[in-house]
Amino acid sequence: MNLLEISDLAASVANQPILRGIDLNIGAGEVHAIMGPNGSGKSTLANVIAGREDYQIDRGRIALEGQEITTLSPEERAHRGLFLAFQYPIEIPGVSNMEFLKAAVDSHAQANGNPEITAVDFMQMARNAAEQLGLNPEFLKRGVNEGFSGGEKKRNEILQMLMLKPKVSILDETDSGLDIDALRVVANGISTFANTTNAVVLVTHYQRLLDHIEPDFVHVIANGSIVRSGDRSLALELEEKGYSWLEKD
Amino acid sequence: MAGTDNNSLDGFVGRDYAAGFVTDIEADTLPPGLDEDVVRFISARKDEPEWLTQWRLDAYHGWLEMVQPDWGQVQFPAIDYQSISYYSAPSGDQPKTLDDVDPELLATYEKLGIPLHEQAALAGVADTQQRPPVAVDAVFDSVSIGTTFKETLREAGVIFCSFAEAVHDHPDLVRKYLGSVVPRGDNFFAALNSAVFSDGSFVYVPENTRCPMELSTYFRINERNTGQFERTLIIAERGAYVSYLEGCTAPMRDENQLHAAVVELVALDDAEIKYSTVQNWYPGDEEGRGGIYNFVTKRGACRGDRSKISWTQVETGSAITWKYPSVVLRGDDSVGEFYSVALTNNHQQADTGTKMVHLGKNTRSTIISKGISAGLSSNAYRGLVRMNPGAEKARNYTQCDSLLIGEKCAAHTFPYIESRRPDGIVEHEATTSRVSDDQLFLCRQRGIDPEKAVAMIVNGFCKDVFRELPMEFAVEAGKLLEVSLEGAVG
Repeated sequence: MNLLEISDLAASVANQPILRGIDLNIGAGEVHAIMGPNGSGKSTLANVIAGREDYQIDRGRIALEGQEITTLSPEERAHRGLFLAFQYPIEIPGVSNMEFLKAAVDSHAQANGNPEITAVDFMQMARNAAEQLGLNPEFLKRGVNEGFSGGEKKRNEILQMLMLKPKVSILDETDSGLDIDALRVVANGISTFANTTNAVVLVTHYQRLLDHIEPDFVHVIANGSIVRSGDRSLALELEEKGYSWLEKD
Repeated sequence: MAGTDNNSLDGFVGRDYAAGFVTDIEADTLPPGLDEDVVRFISARKDEPEWLTQWRLDAYHGWLEMVQPDWGQVQFPAIDYQSISYYSAPSGDQPKTLDDVDPELLATYEKLGIPLHEQAALAGVADTQQRPPVAVDAVFDSVSIGTTFKETLREAGVIFCSFAEAVHDHPDLVRKYLGSVVPRGDNFFAALNSAVFSDGSFVYVPENTRCPMELSTYFRINERNTGQFERTLIIAERGAYVSYLEGCTAPMRDENQLHAAVVELVALDDAEIKYSTVQNWYPGDEEGRGGIYNFVTKRGACRGDRSKISWTQVETGSAITWKYPSVVLRGDDSVGEFYSVALTNNHQQADTGTKMVHLGKNTRSTIISKGISAGLSSNAYRGLVRMNPGAEKARNYTQCDSLLIGEKCAAHTFPYIESRRPDGIVEHEATTSRVSDDQLFLCRQRGIDPEKAVAMIVNGFCKDVFRELPMEFAVEAGKLLEVSLEGAVG
């Protein structure tokens, strides 16, 4: 069974169609890359899957582990194992990372009928995750994304992923704003997390992240549709030729 | 998004007001109206000395000449001062001890979570959190019905009693300090209070004494059509320290009720007074019907060198709030602080802030104000920082932040800065932000439901102020915000 199934998904913003019929199947243990030029609909796809309410779904369906989630609230989707790492992580001043992570982790436990994690276990888990991403434990005490550098914000998204252990992680332009060293650390965190029971979707404009995390499948979106799917070689081809040759097809 | 529950920030529904019940108790209530006889009646009822009766009458005559101020960023129909009853007290003799208090009254405070039995409060010491006991003065409509831990405090030399008792037992102190910080004619509402004030709390901490526990007064308006006019006076002698907290609630009623209190604080050399307020008067319903008009004058005088007065307030209740807890920094090296969270929802209006008046050398003041507006409410910060010619090297730091929730509320900032010192340093920072859909979506994507998310975001916004509150009240304040914001999304 596929972890995530998207069929004939069309969506618009303010009556402006953005997605024009997307089909995508993502199986357990797979890493997918979704590439495409600016404005092609990559980020919209990521946000629509996560349930952002600014978008109108015109047709199609989204299923997670065989269950339709098309009409669920964002938090219900999250509880079922869907995660979105944001392209532009927003600040929540005064709310510490720790407090935020605890509320997130607790909400998952509660929704899924699991016992609440103890404070001690939680702290340990958070410290380990921070360490894995090369973050000082003090980082956990700071306000969510408050005064973080671009790189810290992106690492923080991955930290949240490591804590929530989602089934499907959609990482929206997680590589943008990272220097080479930070990119390696983040890529390493993602690779370590990926296993045979979950799936990772990398939404990216450039292929440089793919040098670190090898995708099993590459899809190219242009003008709201997937115009080409292939293996890793497609990403290299794009790197060489740019996107314009696809749009002429 | 198709089919989802459309949790936009726009929608507002009602809120739960847990303190909204009425206590069914026999009360002696004056008929509505105000004249000299009413003032004399109140004074006589409390068996006051002649000088105090005269003091009230002078205040009353002064009040007749004054007009209600109209400069606040608030709107309300004219108040008919003759339609208000100026005195209400539970029937029967004044209880001598807590054991004599009507069980119905005790039950009221029980329901509100206020411990009036010392036993119960002391039991708190044994629990794992090791919460220290808190001494409570409970004021019900116009009278104090009891004060706990009097004995323990007396051993330390601290006087904590109702105002009426203080007038009898410590007349010299009352006479010396009453009206010395907020004069009778200070403003319209202070003058009204001075004429008809009923009860309130009195605290005296002797030299070099650290008050052994938190003191608190719990104000409750119960009777219909009455006003509440309490008066609080706190004196900290040289080197004394006291932390004091007041809480307020009232039943839910369709008509507005007036609360016009006066609080005076006096800190002598090296003394420190920390005054915290959690104000949760009934705010009115979601259509704006009913609620308390909270028109209060609070002022502290740092008379002594190196003295310190700190106001912390969490204001979530009242239909209209009009208050400016202030500090007059007369002593050299004295310090004034004001930490405020004011939250308005539905049709609530607040015009609140502070005055820091620097007179002495090297005086310092800090103002941190957090205003949160939701629903159709209006929230204004109004603050004055004045540095007089003698205030050599005075410093002030002001930070004034507004948070908007939804599209239909308003936030205003009116800072006044008057510096007559070339070496005075005045810093003012102000921000206005909004609980954004992006923040909300981030929280929801991580599994946190929208109401919890908004409460968390607002609590984060208020963090600088909450950490000034005594520990257990900080928790209470956080919960109160959560309740007050109920329905702020969805």
